[in-house]
Amino acid sequence: MQLSAALPRLVPGLIRRLAGVHPRWVGLEPLGPAGHPVQRLYFANHSSHLDTPILWSALPAAARARTRPVAAGDYWDRDVRRWLPAGMNAVFVDRCGVAAEACQPMEDALSQGDSLILFPEGTRSLEPRGGVQPFKSGLYHLATAFPAVQVVPVALANVGRMMPKGTLAPIPVRVGVTFGPPVPLRPDDDKSMFLRRAHDALEALMSQGGTP
Amino acid sequence: MIDAQIGAVVAVAVVALVVGTAVGQAVARQARTSAERLAARDLMARIGAWWWMIPLMVCCLALGWPGVVGFFGAVSFLALRELISLVPSRRADHGTLVLAFFVAVPVQYGLIWGQWVELFMVFVPVWALLTVSVGLALRGDPTHFLQRVAAIQYVLLVGVYCISHAPALLMLSVPGYEGQEHKLLVFLVVVTQSSDVLQFLWGKALGRRLLLPSVSPTKTVEGMVGGLGSATVVGTALTPLLPWSLAQTALLALGIATAGALGGLVMSAIKRDAGVKDFGSLIEGHGGVLDRVDSLVFAAPALFHLVRWLHATP
Repeated sequence: MQLSAALPRLVPGLIRRLAGVHPRWVGLEPLGPAGHPVQRLYFANHSSHLDTPILWSALPAAARARTRPVAAGDYWDRDVRRWLPAGMNAVFVDRCGVAAEACQPMEDALSQGDSLILFPEGTRSLEPRGGVQPFKSGLYHLATAFPAVQVVPVALANVGRMMPKGTLAPIPVRVGVTFGPPVPLRPDDDKSMFLRRAHDALEALMSQGGTP
Repeated sequence: MIDAQIGAVVAVAVVALVVGTAVGQAVARQARTSAERLAARDLMARIGAWWWMIPLMVCCLALGWPGVVGFFGAVSFLALRELISLVPSRRADHGTLVLAFFVAVPVQYGLIWGQWVELFMVFVPVWALLTVSVGLALRGDPTHFLQRVAAIQYVLLVGVYCISHAPALLMLSVPGYEGQEHKLLVFLVVVTQSSDVLQFLWGKALGRRLLLPSVSPTKTVEGMVGGLGSATVVGTALTPLLPWSLAQTALLALGIATAGALGGLVMSAIKRDAGVKDFGSLIEGHGGVLDRVDSLVFAAPALFHLVRWLHATP
């Protein structure tokens, strides 16, 4: 097998091994019928740069091939910084501009049938075990524009301890990745109601997930 | 470090493993209810793990000093990982935790490698204590300070300091027993590990009364008594390898088996508090590394200091 062909399989396996990831799926299956990936909007708590590679590695290979992390284009702007998310086929969005324009690249990816990994807090929390910050509205816009896409909460445990914000040396703690049941979009939902329900679903999943 | 005596110990262990595998398969075939099938699978997974743990340990002994120090250094690193994964920490602890993994472990095992006995005995209790305390204080986050310092220091003592007493047995010099100190380590590993297995078997066979259900939901009085008794017999059978009389060896075997069982209870309390059954999943059927070596954690320093006291060296 050529190296370029082997890398997409080796790297996630290596990440899973190093971080001790054993993904748990609570109330949903990793893949749809016949092993086909389901189009989903994975949203997770955010406390480390390692959140994205770890969540991405925890997906089954078939789903990972069609899943693109959303990265802040204003932060991951150039050179090595740009290559790391680009290696995971990231969708770059601009957090500084107008909200509607910022959503456009994500809508394009969803229109193509891809799934997304999103951190709706918008930035990393400082304390690994602090609560989940309020959500930005992008999750609601995408959920209403694409009602067929499942909105799936993902609780990440211990990743913020592995490499907290502001540090560059990771420590080898074991991390937990728990996927929860999709958050439904109800007909009478307004923005704050839906975001509140998604926020509560993630917090509930985090508290029941516990340590890995 | 492998001679005829150790070869004989390994041969007996392999025979026990073959018998265990056959019994396990028979039990698995007989299993009717789902609870029985689960117990049988648990037993088979435990036995299966030994099929590669024994060759690994033999290889490390065959490699001699670097193999033994390297093996336990790796065990310490993984045990520390499992413990720190359970301990709540704050962002300000990160730098100190980096030091714990990447400085404290290599230094402690480096001291054993270089046979610096005095420094090996004070490095974690003195120098790591000062470093952890100062390191955390200088970060300027006093939230739950005492709990955070205590947790980091405790996991260093358990995961690094205590476990490092197992390879440190090779630094002891017992008069008239020079060059055979590694057999003390064989004695330690055989007694604690067979005590674990025998407690499990006695518990499964006769276990009625739970020993301490709030701490360990599986340990029984019958398992503990039977396990300690039969592990003492196993340890006494190793008398030809050791520099002591039959009675002395039996007492030491009982002592380290007891220390090991109590250490296992302490680790159960940590797990219970953190809400996890097993510490990790590196070895199939064995939970984490710490679930395998939890009995070694307290037995290793106990044996090390008992031998030093008996022979007043070095």
